[in-house]
Amino acid sequence: MSEPVKQIHLAAHFPGVNNTTVWSDPAAGSHIDFSSFVHFAQTAERAKFDFLFLAEGLRLREQNGEIYDLDVVGRPDTFTVLAALAAVTDRLGLTGTINSTFNEPYEVARQFASLDHLSAGRAAWNVVTSWDEFTGQNFRRGGFLAKEDRYERARQFLTAAGELFDSWRGDEVVADKDSGVFLSDPAPGRFDHHVSQFDITGHFTVPRSPQGRPVIFQAGDSEEGREFAASAADAIFTRHGTLEAGRAFYADVKGRLARYGRSRDELKVLPGVTFVLGDTDADARERAAVIRRQQVSGQTAIRLLEQLWNRDLSAHDPDGPLPAVDPLVGENLVARGRASVRQYTDPLATAAQWRALAEEKGLTTRELIIEVTGRQSFIGTPEGIANSLNEFVQSDAADGFILIPHLTPGGLDEFADTVVPLLQERGVFRTEYEGATLRDHLGLGEARSADTGTRVAS
Amino acid sequence: MPGPSPAPLHLAVALDGAGWHPAAWREPDARPDQIFTAQYWSDLVAEAERGLLDFVTIEDSLGLQSSWRAEPDGRTDRVRGRLDAVLIAARVAPLTRHIGLIPTAVVTHTEPFHVSKAIATLDYVSTGRAGVRVKVSGRAEEAAHFGRRTVPSVRIEDLDSAEGLALLKDLFDEAGDYVEVLRRLWDSWEDDAEIRDAATGRFVDRHKLHYIDFEGSRFSVRGPSITPRPPQGQPVVAALAHRGEPNRLVARSADVGFVTPRDADDARSILAEIRSEQASAGRADETVHVFADLVVFLDPDPGVAAARKARLDERDGAELTSDAAVFTGTAGELADLLVELRQTGLTGFRLRPAALPHDLTQITRHLVPELQRRNAFRTAYEANTLRGLLGLPRPANRYAATV
Repeated sequence: MSEPVKQIHLAAHFPGVNNTTVWSDPAAGSHIDFSSFVHFAQTAERAKFDFLFLAEGLRLREQNGEIYDLDVVGRPDTFTVLAALAAVTDRLGLTGTINSTFNEPYEVARQFASLDHLSAGRAAWNVVTSWDEFTGQNFRRGGFLAKEDRYERARQFLTAAGELFDSWRGDEVVADKDSGVFLSDPAPGRFDHHVSQFDITGHFTVPRSPQGRPVIFQAGDSEEGREFAASAADAIFTRHGTLEAGRAFYADVKGRLARYGRSRDELKVLPGVTFVLGDTDADARERAAVIRRQQVSGQTAIRLLEQLWNRDLSAHDPDGPLPAVDPLVGENLVARGRASVRQYTDPLATAAQWRALAEEKGLTTRELIIEVTGRQSFIGTPEGIANSLNEFVQSDAADGFILIPHLTPGGLDEFADTVVPLLQERGVFRTEYEGATLRDHLGLGEARSADTGTRVAS
Repeated sequence: MPGPSPAPLHLAVALDGAGWHPAAWREPDARPDQIFTAQYWSDLVAEAERGLLDFVTIEDSLGLQSSWRAEPDGRTDRVRGRLDAVLIAARVAPLTRHIGLIPTAVVTHTEPFHVSKAIATLDYVSTGRAGVRVKVSGRAEEAAHFGRRTVPSVRIEDLDSAEGLALLKDLFDEAGDYVEVLRRLWDSWEDDAEIRDAATGRFVDRHKLHYIDFEGSRFSVRGPSITPRPPQGQPVVAALAHRGEPNRLVARSADVGFVTPRDADDARSILAEIRSEQASAGRADETVHVFADLVVFLDPDPGVAAARKARLDERDGAELTSDAAVFTGTAGELADLLVELRQTGLTGFRLRPAALPHDLTQITRHLVPELQRRNAFRTAYEANTLRGLLGLPRPANRYAATV
């Protein structure tokens, strides 16, 4: 007897400020105007997606001491856009990336609880940490955090926010006109939190929100990140592109849940993926190659090379071979405000691999960069991509996907029109929303208290 | 025969909970169980827009409402709890088309970088109708919510002591710095910074993005903003002022000041102080609107509003106290009063409806027609932006090279 098929979760990542997003295409629209967000969100909702996802950055990126100008630059404020999108959508979840370093728990908890009320239970928070003094120059607290304090602050931040979300039980607002009782509790929202990073006490202002707490996301694949996700997150935004790597990651993080008294269904694994559709496989491959060349111009190739080499390579010819000089090992001073440079843990070894590959295939610098950075995750016909996505999910490499289109705002349209109906035909994706909240869409059940592992009533 | 045409006035309403009378939530048409829903706020703002009002303000604070200054009062018979005002404004923005949206932002504990991009984004999602009312927090209880600094507990009657004045100066100096950072960040992108130049591969012209390099005693901000210059260039900045330091903030930094005169003479003296500070700050040639705040109880028949206020006072167990003057009467009487007060040099009024939705509906459906009959108020929206409604030009960018 076969097991019941797993249902796929789908989300839409608004195109971001890196070279995945192609701004030079004639179809590329504004990344700032609200109309782009409306189009993108309404497409996702029309296709019955679980949620929309917004990334965040708090300082414009720099390279070689100047503002990086080759990619999309600038974005609107996360909370404000999500609250406005709540007015033009009914069911779509609204996920915002919010930093736990350059915010304080009281205000972030109040914003997410407010967003959850204003969207009738559709808010989600992708908790990220950052610690660079570069970004800290825009904020009161500055940026420095010792390495050992980074996840600790994030953990404490989330625990503190959790205490605030739970500080109203949900039965305080009586609003009985006849008796004149507005509140059943004379001191609602009481909290008292004293740990190394936060020393806060008082009363929270926002009554318990429809979901109790926003859905919690953790992004990142590090050991600390996995453990953090297993202990406290509802979903994990990962990057594993292949079936094998995805299955290994999935087994690893799901295996950590039992230690926290959690079941395997309580943490969703959602890789961020890119895709290119075509009428035939060959057509899709051709489109994918064109898009890669749009994403990696000669200038962009040099800048991406500099991010590994950690040197100014402005004079290097992108149509020639890789530089003869080795990468500079140490703190990356060339690229600032860019989290992705941290993936290069051993620059010399990576450079050696790149050189070997370039030599083997006879690639120029630009061709090599096209090959080794950001290749699309899924390339094929709607049929082929529907099959691949389903295979990933049914073989436990993922619970669903966060799709990252390369065009704003129309990059999701084709997927919504061609792939989603095929997934629905196969019975692995919803044809209508069944519940009202994002927790309902993700099958998460009621909010759970992160620090104690106990469920709290909502 | 129409009388002489008075100068037109600007009209706003201040939205807060169930209205400005503590017992308003118990009125038959009140919706106290919906105060924490989007529908409640979108209905109120839609009604204000039907009345062609310039803007709504949305109250906020970083602590529970309280009749005491320093801590929660433990009362269970009044509205307690609220949602973030900026997010309420963003939630209603796509559902409205003309009315300005001015949420309150507390500037004492929050980050100017975050608030700057939030208000810039509110301006984008409303296509040019955003403002922000900046507010300081001098409450020790709210400081403890952040745990980063302590605020001395000064009783309201001691604000004129040396300690009280020092606290006020500190809070309002910080607020002035905060507004300066908001404004610099809004200008940190020139309007044409985004070039999308395929030939050179450049998305922006980095020479049109500017570091703001603000350094103050409470914070330093490098910039530029992550959000491009908003549609209005500079969203409208407003502040409520009662005495010396707040008046200086209005004069130095704001586009709109809300003041609380007891009568026409008081209004003249407040205006003189603000205009003088404005001149000292070198802003004599800039428009700074001064709106008088009034709590209003309105009913069509004479005597009804006063009786309603008495009934609400009795329910609450005390006579209504307010920093602003309290008006009870008919829409016609209020229209006469506003036109008269307009002669003092006040350019507008921010009415605080005593009960929602009743007094708001009286404003939009009765007061506004009365003012229109007196040629004192618009009969249609004449602009698409809040600055436009307030007669404020779109300002030049302080960082743009003048040609």
